Amino acid sequence: MPHTFFLVLRRLRRPLIILISVYAVSTLGLTLIPGIDGEGQPWKMDFFHAFYFVSFMGSTIGFGEIPYPFTDGQRLWTLASIYTTVTAWLYAIGSMISLLQQPAFQTALTRGSFVREVRRVRQPFYLICGFGDTGQALVEALNDYGHRCVALDIDQNRLNILELQNLPNSVPSLCADTQNPEVLIDAGVNNKRCNGLIALTNDDSVNLKIAITGKLLNQNLSITCRVEDDDMAANMDSFGTDHLVNPYKLFSDQLSQAFDSPSIHLLSRWLTAAPGAALSDPLFPPKGRWLLCGYGRFGKALEQVLLQAGNQVTIIEADPELTKAPESTIVGRGTEASTLEAGAIRSAVGLIAGTDHDANNLSIIMTAKMLNPDLFIIGRQNQSTHKPLFSTVGADIIANPTQIIAHEILSRVVTPLTSEFLRRVRNHDHTWASRLISRIAGVVSDEVPHIWQVRINRLDTPAVRALLRSGGTVTLREILEDTTHLYPTLRCLPLLLKRGDEWMVLPELTTALQPHDRVLFCGHPSARHQLQNTLDHDSLLHLARTGKSAPDGALWRWMVEHFTGRKQQS
Amino acid sequence: MNLEKVFFAFFILLALTLNFGFFIGDLTDPVQHNAYELFAALVISLIATVMKFGDRTQIGAVLLAASLVADLQLVIAAIIWGFANHIFETGLTPGLTASIVSLSGGAVLANVVSVVLLVSETLQSRR
Repeated sequence: MPHTFFLVLRRLRRPLIILISVYAVSTLGLTLIPGIDGEGQPWKMDFFHAFYFVSFMGSTIGFGEIPYPFTDGQRLWTLASIYTTVTAWLYAIGSMISLLQQPAFQTALTRGSFVREVRRVRQPFYLICGFGDTGQALVEALNDYGHRCVALDIDQNRLNILELQNLPNSVPSLCADTQNPEVLIDAGVNNKRCNGLIALTNDDSVNLKIAITGKLLNQNLSITCRVEDDDMAANMDSFGTDHLVNPYKLFSDQLSQAFDSPSIHLLSRWLTAAPGAALSDPLFPPKGRWLLCGYGRFGKALEQVLLQAGNQVTIIEADPELTKAPESTIVGRGTEASTLEAGAIRSAVGLIAGTDHDANNLSIIMTAKMLNPDLFIIGRQNQSTHKPLFSTVGADIIANPTQIIAHEILSRVVTPLTSEFLRRVRNHDHTWASRLISRIAGVVSDEVPHIWQVRINRLDTPAVRALLRSGGTVTLREILEDTTHLYPTLRCLPLLLKRGDEWMVLPELTTALQPHDRVLFCGHPSARHQLQNTLDHDSLLHLARTGKSAPDGALWRWMVEHFTGRKQQS
Repeated sequence: MNLEKVFFAFFILLALTLNFGFFIGDLTDPVQHNAYELFAALVISLIATVMKFGDRTQIGAVLLAASLVADLQLVIAAIIWGFANHIFETGLTPGLTASIVSLSGGAVLANVVSVVLLVSETLQSRR
């Protein structure tokens, strides 16, 4: 129990003792003072009546003199008692209420109910530290995929957004300092249902502390950290942080992929997009001379990519000394036409607005578009709230760290096979990827494909497991049969099959499934439900394999076996 | 000397002594057991309970529990007393008196536990 609880109890001592004493003295007095009963005989009130009288006198001063009218001596005592009991009563109640309203006590109560709420989460959950833009986007997406989350942040205002998000599952949340190990313990870092710890605060050193605490408290926990600084990343890596997510590095990797192979870049964008996003078109960043405004961490990462892809880069930076920019750097913010002209914007093929200030980036893009409308423009968006501005300004690529991190973590956490698949895809060539893109486009409508994993085991795919145990075989083609016959097959594709240490990229449809296989599918959301139905129900699986309905109930099955058996005999 | 400790020990001891005073005497004879003494024992026992609120130590928790036991026994004894005098037609019979006194005897035991704990804690402290 938190110490505030004991403190409140301790502070209640005085009002309670005063209340008890005043009541006791009043009651005792009433039993001692002589009175007169209905027949004029001397009479003394007993404890029962005295306590009854004091009880209602203290709180209401009502009901009159019972059981007989009082003598003057009794009235005098009652008069004194009224003032003392009422005062003691008000004092006690008042101090109790003011103690209950103390912020420290309220915080302790909230903490207690948070701990109980976390304990009541019966499904595996993810612990999200830092509920800024990224955390909000991630929690929303994880909920879309049916995962439970617990959220921590140091700012209650951000957590209030949870109430507005209207998520299908409740997300226990607490406003507390995530660097405090006790907070992480209360949030369930030791809980065996905690599936992973995700540190998303915008401060690398805080994320580092969270990762260390998580690793020390729970060795088996998978820890994901947002990190921007390379030293910090090396530090986190040294004690075994499982996933490090650097938005700048991720974005520059994506850009270098876009230079190398636009179709593989498109493929990875489709497969890592948030559910429900529109299908995007391939991007063809031009080669030539690029203008780079802002030589911070983002700018430096992109400069490397551009140079590796065989481009020339002209850097524009307002503070070349602080950022250690090369000598050829043009000094200025890039928001004025003169600086951009000095960078020979009319002969450049592309422009990167990569400062850490959104208004400046927007201004750079607008000025540049006026000077050279054919530029390929990459804009860096720092704050989520500026999304409408960036979507109208007309940049070809918007680098939004929030989205980049959320998508990356989502695909690593929800469907770890996706990252494995994308890693293997890089070994293939442009035409292979283009063919795969058109196959995916064939099964989805205008939204990005839904990605999901299936594991062949007793819990997730009972029908398939039962069939395999009884010695039957089932192939991918058979489970992908559309049992409603609306389409020739379900609208999805198997992307990757993992069997032990063996990985099969785009497995053949004739592949027979084996227990403990893991398969990554992508396709239309409706196909996921249908596929799961087929994998769950014996009769649907039978229908998919043979095209015939199997008898369902035990009696019906017996009758069918009985009668078909007899027919064969005769 | 800590004034809080004085009050604390005072009430715990007083609860025991008053209770004991009510308890001794013939088990079934109402004359030997004064109502005022029961009243005083109950009030002091309640105050002693409140004095133990908010103590985080293990011994504090046991003290509070012992005190709550004494309260419970005494409240039931007082309720039986009230029932005997005002609600039952029979008045205070030897049987009912025996129940009241034996309940207070149980409370004495709980109070003894409190005092033993208090004394042992005091002896352990080095100052």
